[in-house]
Amino acid sequence: MKAAGRRAFLRMLGAGAGLTGLALAGCATPEILPKSGRRVVVVGGGFGGAIAAKYLRLFDPTLEVILIERNRRYVACPFSNQVITGLRDFEGLTLGYDALASRYGVRLLFDEVTAIDPATTTVVTRSGRVRYDRLVLAPGIDFRTELIDGYDPRTTPELMPHAWQAGPQTLLLKRQLEAMPDGGRVLISVPAAPYRCPPGPYERACLIAAWLRRHKPRAKVIVLDANPDITAMGALFREAWKTRHAGMIEYLPATRVSGVDTAAGAFVVEGVESVRGDVLNLIPPQRAGAIAARADLVEEGGHWCPVDPRSFESTRHPGVHVIGDAAIAGAMPKSGYAANAQAKVCALNVLALMNGKPPHELDGINVCYAAIGEDEDISIAQVFRVADGRIVAAPVPGGASPANLSRGRLEHRYAESWLRNILAEMSG
Amino acid sequence: MYAVSCRIFLRLFLAVVSLVAALPAPAAGIVPGVVCDGCHGTGGHSAGTTIPSLAGQDRDYFVIAMQAFRSGERPSTVMGPLARGLTDTDIRGMAAYYARQTPLAQTAPVDPALVKAGMKVFYDRCKTCHLDGSLWKLIHQNRGYERECSGRCHLDYGPERGKVVPLIGGQWREYLEMELAAFRDGSRGMSKRKARAFEHLDDADLAAVAAFFASRTELQR
Ligand SMILES: Cc1cc2nc3c(=O)[nH]c(=O)nc-3n(C[C@H](O)[C@H](O)[C@H](O)COP(=O)(O)OP(=O)(O)OC[C@H]3O[C@@H](n4cnc5c(N)ncnc54)[C@H](O)[C@@H]3O)c2cc1C
Repeated sequence: MKAAGRRAFLRMLGAGAGLTGLALAGCATPEILPKSGRRVVVVGGGFGGAIAAKYLRLFDPTLEVILIERNRRYVACPFSNQVITGLRDFEGLTLGYDALASRYGVRLLFDEVTAIDPATTTVVTRSGRVRYDRLVLAPGIDFRTELIDGYDPRTTPELMPHAWQAGPQTLLLKRQLEAMPDGGRVLISVPAAPYRCPPGPYERACLIAAWLRRHKPRAKVIVLDANPDITAMGALFREAWKTRHAGMIEYLPATRVSGVDTAAGAFVVEGVESVRGDVLNLIPPQRAGAIAARADLVEEGGHWCPVDPRSFESTRHPGVHVIGDAAIAGAMPKSGYAANAQAKVCALNVLALMNGKPPHELDGINVCYAAIGEDEDISIAQVFRVADGRIVAAPVPGGASPANLSRGRLEHRYAESWLRNILAEMSG
Repeated sequence: MYAVSCRIFLRLFLAVVSLVAALPAPAAGIVPGVVCDGCHGTGGHSAGTTIPSLAGQDRDYFVIAMQAFRSGERPSTVMGPLARGLTDTDIRGMAAYYARQTPLAQTAPVDPALVKAGMKVFYDRCKTCHLDGSLWKLIHQNRGYERECSGRCHLDYGPERGKVVPLIGGQWREYLEMELAAFRDGSRGMSKRKARAFEHLDDADLAAVAAFFASRTELQR
């Protein structure tokens, strides 16, 4: 994979799978996959959707489950920061959907969902309409690039990659780092929370700093954070920056990138100051995947989907459940593990609702690892419950790694298995 | 992507069937159990060599382990905070969920010579306590051993004693080695009896006995 170019990568992803049919509007579109029995349609085959589809079938093998996903291959974001610095390639992070079909009996439709009509319980794809009894939507994120002056959604990411949806963007950032002169400056902009993977940008800073120390020791990482402070595992990252990456990382809190100056190769901060860089990793502010807004599932004046905290049923449109990054899940972070856990509880409660049974309680778990160097990791582990209609973290002290990072090597070994298991859950 | 051989496929299939079979029963532990599987693998069949499989684990041992994580008596990284965040009911539910799953042997090849050496260590130092159902059967198939039977096992950990015996056969070798190392360096506490056994074991013995347990494919409890 390392050697494979962007074109090969796209081919591998099977992009264009859904581009054959013409996009037709609502009712004019033919119905495909006519419905005979009880059916749940899942849209989006990532950490949330693939698991929802699999567990719906595991929990009720008589149910028809259709998974609609635009790409034939899924490239996982977790640990993709390691791809940027050559510690790993995409082979182990790329999954297919064969097992979901052959082993679990999920019906696959590789297509783009263009509309959802809750009133007629219909999903519209490029190739036709699909009816459902219940819908589970896990579309991940899209970017609010309109908040960044001068950002062209087509051309800017080619110059200032976000690398926040793993794939060609990740490889572009890698190439830019490699091409950068020693003594260069790598800028990483962190969007205002909530965004996908709170510790991700700080992990990226660690990994890039470790790589620079080896290959371009006079270069530097500058983190421009729109948030008032590090959004996750702050004390641990600070300790890592002090003890592992001294002099390599400069952290600027409350520093929002509000525009880009592509000609000068610079970020514009709060509309005034201009910060020049040699590599510009611009992670834009985020919203629920575009289809959520199109389906009117996003909260008034907000950017994410409000849901019931047990069933993850939309509070805006009954019969539609939203999980993963797109959902407002209280204290649960926008992580792959959280999406995985939500998918399972959602699947059980979708079935409970269909069968007129009482709902299962949410016992949410999140376990996330973040690399602080080539062979050291830190972690956070939390349990979540519903209290007063909201998902809250169980009040347990000490959910993160010890402050002195003494377990970094050990956690690195666990992290690798974490990755294997969570990916194996999706593909096997 | 992880290549999956036919054999593993078949085993996974059977495991899945068992997960499904487990479901119509009262859903005790389904929610807390399945949400652990993100790390421990679907149905508790871990694909990662440093995280243990939990499928088929003894229900009582599971609870003992979680309580030890919760109190900090057993050192951990993420397990301590998780055990503290979970209720006793959650933990009992998880124990029931994992006890229902069919255990599968780990899939990494193990060096037969090491396994042979490990079997000797097992007979010399481990067998009076670590007798899950299949190991009990193994030692009774061993004629030479039968002849010298002192009856000691029956006094302590024989099936008739109803003691809690963790299922460690078929577990990942790397995980077993990590836990053995933790016993050795004192970070994980152990009973006096286990400590006495450890006095006689060097690093090579530990590596061998880890390989022996990992090599077990018969995993009845
Ligand atoms: C750098 C980085 C590191 C990370 N590290 C970790 C980590 O260590 N641990 C962790 O737990 N999480 C991590 N995450 C977060 C994790 O990747 C996300 O939280 C997770 O992917 C969310 O899952 P999801 O199902 O909501 O969305 P996604 O995984 O993004 O899946 C959404 C799917 O929906 C499809 N889709 C969207 N719209 C449509 C449509 N209209 N029609 C058809 N298909 C559609 C997409 O193609 C995609 O496959 C990381 C993220 C990043 C960026």
